[in-house]
Amino acid sequence: MAKKSKGIQHPGYEKAPMDRRDFLRRAALVGGIGGAASYLAMAPENWPLSMRDKTGLLSKPVHLPFQLRSFQVEKKAGSADIGVGTEGNPIEKLRRAIDAIGGIEHFIKPGDIVLVKPNVAFDRSPLLGATSNPELLEHLIRMLLVDCRAQEVRVADNPIESPPDCFEKSKIRLATEVGGGRVYLPDSNSFEMLNTPGAKLIENWWFFNRPFTNVDKVIGLAPVKDHNLCHASMGMKNWYGLLGGRRNQFHQDIHGIVSDLSIMIKPTFTIIDGTNVLMENGPTGGDPSNVRKGETVLAGTDPVALDAYAFEHLLQRGRDYPEYLFQAEAKGSGKLDWEGRVKEIRG
Amino acid sequence: MAETEKKASAPIEVRQKLRITNVRIVSQVFFFGVFLFSVWATWTTRLGGYPVSRILEMDPLVMISTMLSTGYVYRHLGWGILIIAVTLLFGRVFCNWICPYGTLHQFVGWVFNTRKPKERIESNAYKNLYILKYAILTVFLLMAFMGALQIGLLDPICLMYRTFATVVAPAVDMGLDTATLTANGLSLEPKWLQDIKFGPGVGPRIFVGSFWVGLMIFALVGANVILPRFFCRVLCPLGALLGVLSRFSVFRINRDVHKCTDCNLCLTRCEGAADPQSQVRVSECFSCMNCIDDCPEDALSFTAFGLDKKQVVAAPDMSRRKLVFAGIAGLMAYPMVKNHGVNTDENFSPALIRPPGSVEESNFLAKCIKCDQCIKSCPTNVLQPATYDVAGLEGLWTPVMNFEIGHCQLKCTMCSEVCPTGAIRKITVEEKMGKGKFAETGPIRLGTAFFDKGRCLPHAMEIPCVVCEEVCPVSPKAIQTKDVEIKDVYGNVVVLNQPFIVPDLCIGCGICETECPVKDDRAVYVTAVGESRSTERRLLLKHRVQA
Repeated sequence: MAKKSKGIQHPGYEKAPMDRRDFLRRAALVGGIGGAASYLAMAPENWPLSMRDKTGLLSKPVHLPFQLRSFQVEKKAGSADIGVGTEGNPIEKLRRAIDAIGGIEHFIKPGDIVLVKPNVAFDRSPLLGATSNPELLEHLIRMLLVDCRAQEVRVADNPIESPPDCFEKSKIRLATEVGGGRVYLPDSNSFEMLNTPGAKLIENWWFFNRPFTNVDKVIGLAPVKDHNLCHASMGMKNWYGLLGGRRNQFHQDIHGIVSDLSIMIKPTFTIIDGTNVLMENGPTGGDPSNVRKGETVLAGTDPVALDAYAFEHLLQRGRDYPEYLFQAEAKGSGKLDWEGRVKEIRG
Repeated sequence: MAETEKKASAPIEVRQKLRITNVRIVSQVFFFGVFLFSVWATWTTRLGGYPVSRILEMDPLVMISTMLSTGYVYRHLGWGILIIAVTLLFGRVFCNWICPYGTLHQFVGWVFNTRKPKERIESNAYKNLYILKYAILTVFLLMAFMGALQIGLLDPICLMYRTFATVVAPAVDMGLDTATLTANGLSLEPKWLQDIKFGPGVGPRIFVGSFWVGLMIFALVGANVILPRFFCRVLCPLGALLGVLSRFSVFRINRDVHKCTDCNLCLTRCEGAADPQSQVRVSECFSCMNCIDDCPEDALSFTAFGLDKKQVVAAPDMSRRKLVFAGIAGLMAYPMVKNHGVNTDENFSPALIRPPGSVEESNFLAKCIKCDQCIKSCPTNVLQPATYDVAGLEGLWTPVMNFEIGHCQLKCTMCSEVCPTGAIRKITVEEKMGKGKFAETGPIRLGTAFFDKGRCLPHAMEIPCVVCEEVCPVSPKAIQTKDVEIKDVYGNVVVLNQPFIVPDLCIGCGICETECPVKDDRAVYVTAVGESRSTERRLLLKHRVQA
């Protein structure tokens, strides 16, 4: 106890005593905390545990990019690059087209997790040709689950309009669930930064990655649509629906972006759904008169040749191919010349 | 009589659990659950025929005030009679057995109650302040009668729906998103976390100015700490309406003066501050039954028979003079609100774009109760609570379309589906698009798109773009392009598709504005002029058609 001072004090006043040990303990505490705090705040940036950010750039948010592997499989001997199915109902056409490129069991192994990417960009009913044919999708899922014994089939797209609504009205959700697949909607946190080496516009860009977790095979299911700016939206343009971020800027270089998409993702194969071809007023359509009832379903492993063939035969626009096909060929995504690589199974 | 004997013979624990106050709590939890489900189910993929706006449609204040403002009872609003009938039988049971907002107040008041028993009794004594709600009701009903519907500001059901749509739902979704991210970090994939969101399958939803909606409910609910059931006792216009009706109710709290020892314990938990210890004020009583529970002498009962005529104040304590004063306030408020001038046919904001199916503006304002169910249902987030600048005082928190945030989806009529009052009339996709039997009237136009050619990439900067043309949903497209070959500033020859508007075809859906990459002040934008609901705000006299 410290000595009580003898000054004039109120009798009720009691001094808080502090002895030497107490003082030292408190001083050490203040010194310790203060020292540690000063170290954290002021030590040079490269020292361990330093929190200092001299330039203000260290605290910039970082999005670590990931890379996507190729989902392609070895070509089966004797099969074509492009398969055409023209006979029977749409389901038989689909089977014939896939058989011509080697059969679905060649591509999908039992236990695979398969992602199917249809085009669900707009809130339209299926017959308007702005979205993929749900009948084909449902049957494709059945083939994957029953014939190939795939473990899981996922269906994903990032539409322009409200995702749940687009999946609902285009009947894609119903087809997926009836077929036995699972829909992935682009909700919050679905996007991650994808690094695509060699891409001009999307070397690092937001990518709809959630459905890609642990995926073994990827199949595109694209409608064929008229498109004012890039002339045609087909198999390659379909992958646009996996982009996030401010993707509407890319119209400033539409051919650049579509050819970038062809190196961003290397699908196992692509199906081009020519059952409802949107001949004009694309890519939204909106009137049944814009749609030509097609008789063809295509499947192909070479995205460039496949789009070229579809441009010529489904959209019936001759050989004045869109610029992005040449750019995609230059980027090594495939060979434009489809002659001699097409097979049609009949009967 | 036989039943009470049986009850009395039951073991004491059973009797304690079967107390009527516990039955009341079950009812409150049930109706709160119904309310939560209604808000949750107001979403494209969930609205499988559920009457998600039924609680609003059962609100008699909504029925009566829209009947006064329009002269008609819209669609399902007749359900309000149910609550009126219940009130005429049992008094204001709605307030303490059904109303989700009342439940919220009671719950918060219960959790944060730090009063000592004596303070509780004091805090539950009747105060003259409680007649304010009758004045508010008078003002609102008079204004409604003249055509300005403002009950939505304070009607508890509207307030509750509005707050959940614009404040609670996005906050809960934000929490679930964070939880999903955290789970993903632990390499879990709990899909159900996303599935139970209020707005599943879309990115984060924002609501312009919703902070103030949230602050309002925080203040009102927080007031329980100062005065129990502050909102219900002092402000609630619906409670006031039911209070006026409950003077005719068959059942009420009755005090047996022979048994009563004037201990005042009945005030300990009296929710309505209804003076059960003296002459019970029927118009204030919520029929919460707490006083019956707390009476040690069994002097209180909720009954229709053997009522003591002397121990009651049936009508609200509103003198004729005060009523006249409130009436004058209402008469004054109407021209003040109407002449405020922010939203008239002469001076309206170009951003005042109403959802499809909306009736003409003055009629809209006579119908909209600001419940914001339409805003909750909107799948693209385009519907926003109007701010003061856009819709004025009168239109505050009514729905407007903000095309910077989203667009109106061509084949969607969700908002018209859930609107309880017909401010957004129920329409079909056929009517919205002007197809079939609506071919002659044409599509519903929300406004008209215009180009700001000084900001448009192909027009001003020789850079290709035309996202607007690509996304234009009508056929043929209302945004078309012409090919122009020009030399750009560096001397390179470029071919540009320069977009232009065909106003005859434009329906004002706003997708061009939403998708325009000139992100802040869009190069293509929609304004309200040309909307088909009003000839006053029309643009084209005739819509030319293709020959």
